[in-house]
Amino acid sequence: MSQRQVLQVFEQYQKARTQFVQMVAELATRPQNIETLQNAGVMSLLRPLLLDVVPTIQQTAALALGRLANYNDDLAEAVVKGDILPQLVYSLAEQNRFYKKAAAFVLRAVGKHSPQLAQAIVDCGALDTLVICLEDFDPGVKEAAAWALGYIARHNTELSQAVVDAGAIPLLVLCIQEPEIALKRIAASALSDISKHSPELAQTVVDAGAIAHLAQMILNPDAKLKRQVLSALSQIAKHSVDLAEMVVEAEIFPVVLTCLKDKDEYVKKNACTLIREIAKHTPELSQLIVNAGGVAAVIDCIGSCKGNIRLPGIMMLGYVAAHSENLAMAVIISKGVPQLSICLSEEPEDHIKAAAAWALGQLGRHTPEHARAVAVTNTLPVLLSLYMSPESSEDLQLKSKKAIKNILQKCTYLPALEPFLYDAPPNILKHVVGQFSKVLPHDSKARRLFVTSGGLKKVQEIKAEPGSLLQEYINSINNCYPEEIVRYYSPGYSDTLLQRVDSYQPL
Amino acid sequence: METNSNNFGELQELKDMATLAKLLARAPFLESQYYFRNRAVDSFRKFENDAAVMIQSWFRGCQVRAYMRHLNRVVTIIQKWWRSYLGRKFYQLVVEAAYYTMKMNLYNEMAVRIQRRWRGFRIRKYCFNYYYLKEYLRAVSETNDAIREALEEFAEMKEREERKVLLEREEKQKDYQARKMHYLLSTKQISGIYNSPFREHPDPWELRLQKAKPLGHQKYTAEKGKTSQSPSNWLACTSVHSFPQSESLPPISRKRCQGPFRDINEVLEQRYKPLEPTLRVAEPINHLRLAREAFKQEERMRNVQDKMFLPFSSYHKKEKYIPMIHSSSAYNSDSYGQKHFRSQDSKKWISDKDFQTVLPSFQLFSKYGKLYSKAGEIV
Repeated sequence: MSQRQVLQVFEQYQKARTQFVQMVAELATRPQNIETLQNAGVMSLLRPLLLDVVPTIQQTAALALGRLANYNDDLAEAVVKGDILPQLVYSLAEQNRFYKKAAAFVLRAVGKHSPQLAQAIVDCGALDTLVICLEDFDPGVKEAAAWALGYIARHNTELSQAVVDAGAIPLLVLCIQEPEIALKRIAASALSDISKHSPELAQTVVDAGAIAHLAQMILNPDAKLKRQVLSALSQIAKHSVDLAEMVVEAEIFPVVLTCLKDKDEYVKKNACTLIREIAKHTPELSQLIVNAGGVAAVIDCIGSCKGNIRLPGIMMLGYVAAHSENLAMAVIISKGVPQLSICLSEEPEDHIKAAAAWALGQLGRHTPEHARAVAVTNTLPVLLSLYMSPESSEDLQLKSKKAIKNILQKCTYLPALEPFLYDAPPNILKHVVGQFSKVLPHDSKARRLFVTSGGLKKVQEIKAEPGSLLQEYINSINNCYPEEIVRYYSPGYSDTLLQRVDSYQPL
Repeated sequence: METNSNNFGELQELKDMATLAKLLARAPFLESQYYFRNRAVDSFRKFENDAAVMIQSWFRGCQVRAYMRHLNRVVTIIQKWWRSYLGRKFYQLVVEAAYYTMKMNLYNEMAVRIQRRWRGFRIRKYCFNYYYLKEYLRAVSETNDAIREALEEFAEMKEREERKVLLEREEKQKDYQARKMHYLLSTKQISGIYNSPFREHPDPWELRLQKAKPLGHQKYTAEKGKTSQSPSNWLACTSVHSFPQSESLPPISRKRCQGPFRDINEVLEQRYKPLEPTLRVAEPINHLRLAREAFKQEERMRNVQDKMFLPFSSYHKKEKYIPMIHSSSAYNSDSYGQKHFRSQDSKKWISDKDFQTVLPSFQLFSKYGKLYSKAGEIV
């Protein structure tokens, strides 16, 4: 055979391999095919192709493996078990940028499913290689490496610590400063995943000078980038007062408030989360937010969203109001209460209702002025119905009960208390009657109104054990009125009158 | 005397005999009377006894009752005095207590007044400034309003920008469409489809077609080449296909290429690449001077008259300039050391032209991304 014919055999084989690997890579993009591919034993076929002579075949094989591992964790486990990872890690150090991108993609796809798989990746020494890839010139390689590191660090503290120990953070901070938007996004998301686990990790991220760059990027018009940046800042700020103060010192207010008006829902949600994490630590930080007009912006933002997006905003209002009564009054004058009561009545989900109930309780519990402001908007009957309804979850019932209790103990606005006399359960009725007994002795108009609206009649109908607190309250209410009226309204008075008619002998 | 006494004796005997005779006369009655008296008395005895008992008892009862009444009266008086004594003692204590409580109430009230004033003063002076709080809340609400306005403006601005971008994109698309369809423009002979004679006004597309410049073939590829990459990806700008190329097809009668090692299109491109002169060759070396001259020529062409407009301030400058004596004398300072530092002999010069400042272009990246080999692609 001539040389040419011999070479032709090799050419055909190479063509066949290329075609196979390209087709597999293409098929792996569609989820329906992956089951079939797995049953056909594609893993064991792709594995030797990773070591192929031709670089294109290697790259495409790596790409195909990545797509397969991306689909579900069984395949990812198969990748791990098939000892493919050490080979990938080894060649990651040496090959060109397309291969690096594909290999980093495989590592990311394997590492995203569970902590055990991510631990397997760490164990085969991939972290150092990935960190070296972060220093690469090509932004695509950096993006793939940062993505893989982010997914590994997402699972738990130990893995994040391992990523940090490999020296990833300064490089990620450098990646954030690169001009490519996709790279910035991925680097910001990786930093967010690292810093969310513990204060020490967040401190490490801050020490690398990340906050200044993240704060600058809030102004970027790209919505997905803003999501990640805001999420990163909120994960840093949530751990302690010092970290929150450092985030605030980066002068994010009032720029962050413009993010609350963004078109993208998740940008709004993450911005509200950031403000919430800052506000919850100390009254001074909440005061800073109030002074910057943050409360009004958050209230408007709550009004313009629906569903889970509202939740961090509602919690932020609750935290601000919980610190002190001046802050609660500031929330009230920013028209927070009507918005919260709308949330309470409109939202279908129980946990959002529970958050709204908690926030209302924090607002109304400080002084009678606050309680009046909450009671005037007719939210108390809604809270009562949520407490009494058997469909509410336990958390919702507990929170609404606490909110009602807290508000009622300070409420002196009688028109709002009257409906409670009729349909409240005994433990709440006690507080309501107690409030009446505090207010009525001093206010004559209120006494008149109490009688004409039928409250006195209802109070007489309440059965209480003698000597209990309820009975004392009822007695003090009865003492505010002349005896005839009390007797008139006491139950069975008409019967006693009729009895007297029966026994009366005309002269 | 004896008679008297005898008379008396006889009288006595007569009396006694009379009595005896009376007695004997009543003798039969004696039995009955004796019987009668004893039995009758007996029968009356019980009756009379009972009556006597009754009378006695009644009388004794009255006696005792009178005594009891008397005792009661006396005891009442004693009790009355004793109880009044006790009551007065008790009353003394009650009065003392009431007096005491009255005093304490008065003191309490006065103390409440003092405490009220003092507490109000203390809170207002040292702890809590109500007016400051009101001011603060008002300032907060003002800030809120300002922020709300600013955010509204911001949102509006963004929306306007978005709409503008959208409109611009639409405009561009329509413009491009019009340029592609420029041949549908109506002429005097044939009215195009957008300028039907049955319509009152021509369709707006007609106006657009009138304004549009027809599309040339090269520009088509150049535009296509330019619009396929986003400016944010600088690496794409240096890729092989980013510079405009002329589409040259390989010759018909060529042999089959050896080996499938590289994409056949790339190989053919490399082989039949048109000439791409480098920047250095593409422009003449004195292009700056030529450009200046071309510019001046264009200006001369465009200008209506050749005399330049002079500034109005030169109307006043009709005076002849009278130089200073120092500078108008023949004995000046030597320009050597100030203007030139070398001795020059103009007779020794070869030509009368000075050196030209020539800045050739250098090619650091002229071949970047355009080489056939893939070596060094990892920059």
